[in-house]
Amino acid sequence: MNWSSAAEFFAMGGYAGFIWGSFGVTAACIALEIVVLGARHRRALRALPRTDSPPNPG
Amino acid sequence: MTINWFKYSSPASFYPLAGRFIPWFFAAAALLAIGGLYISFFLAPTDAQQGEAYRIIFIHVPAAWMSMFLYIVMAMWAGVGLAFNTRLSSMVASALAPTGAMMTFVALWTGSLWGKPMWGTWWVWDARLTSELILLFLYFGFMSLQAAIDDPRRADKAGAVIALVGVINVPIIYFSVKWWNTLHQGASVSLMKSPTMARTMLLGMLVMALAFWMYSIAAMLMRLRSIILERERNSDWVKGLKERLS
Repeated sequence: MNWSSAAEFFAMGGYAGFIWGSFGVTAACIALEIVVLGARHRRALRALPRTDSPPNPG
Repeated sequence: MTINWFKYSSPASFYPLAGRFIPWFFAAAALLAIGGLYISFFLAPTDAQQGEAYRIIFIHVPAAWMSMFLYIVMAMWAGVGLAFNTRLSSMVASALAPTGAMMTFVALWTGSLWGKPMWGTWWVWDARLTSELILLFLYFGFMSLQAAIDDPRRADKAGAVIALVGVINVPIIYFSVKWWNTLHQGASVSLMKSPTMARTMLLGMLVMALAFWMYSIAAMLMRLRSIILERERNSDWVKGLKERLS
C-alpha cells in the first residue's frame, strides 16, 4: 500500500493538480461522450418517420 | 453450425446485433477500468525519479495507443468502403472518428500535464507532440469534411481519401522519438525487446489499455447504431423496428 491516509492519497506527493487533472478530465470526456451518444440515439429514434399516421397529403 | 458472416454486413442485421453487444463491452470496460485504476494507484509503487507524477502514464500511454490504433482501424474500414462500396464499412469509419479524436485529445492533455512537472513546460514543438497534434487535426478534418457533404455516400468517399492519406502520420508519430531529437522519452514497451519498466507498472498500463479498447468498441457501436438509423430511416426494416418510439 502506497498511502497511509486519504489526505496523502489525494495529495499525490505534491502532484495532485497534475494527476487529478489528468484522470478527472479523462473521466469527464468519457462521461460526456456517453451522454452525447445516448442523446444522439434517442434523437435518431425520434426522427424516424411515423408508420401509424396516414401519408401527409401535402 | 454455420454462420453467415455476410449477413451481418448489412445494416439491418448489424443494428440489433450491435445493440446486444454494447452492454457487454461497457461492462468489460468498467471492470477493466476498476482493476486498472486499482493497480495504478494502490499496487504500482512510487517512481524513484518522478515520484507520484508518473501515474499519469496509466492514462497517457493507453490513450496514445488508442489514438493511433483507432485511426488505423478507421482508415482501414473507410478504405474497404471505398474499394468495395460497402455502406456499413464506411459507417464504421465515421463511428470511430469522434472516439479517436477524444483519445487523441486525452493523450495530448495528459501529456501536457505530465510534461509541466517533468520537463518544465506544457508543450514543446517537437516531432512526437506535433505529429500527435496533426493526428487530432486529421480526425477533425475527416469529421468536418463528412459533415460538410450532404450526400452520405459522397461524404464516405471524400472521408476515405483523407483518412487513407493521413495514415502516413501514424508511423511518423510512433517512430518520431527514434528519428528525431526530442524531450519525449522513447518507447517503454515495444514488440522487439522486453519492456524497460517494473512489472506492476506494465500490468497497470496494459489493463488500462484494454479498458480503453473495450470502451472504444462500445462507443463506436453506439454511434454506429445512430448513424445507421439516421441514414436508413426510410427503409422497410427501420419501419418494423420494435424499439422505435410510437
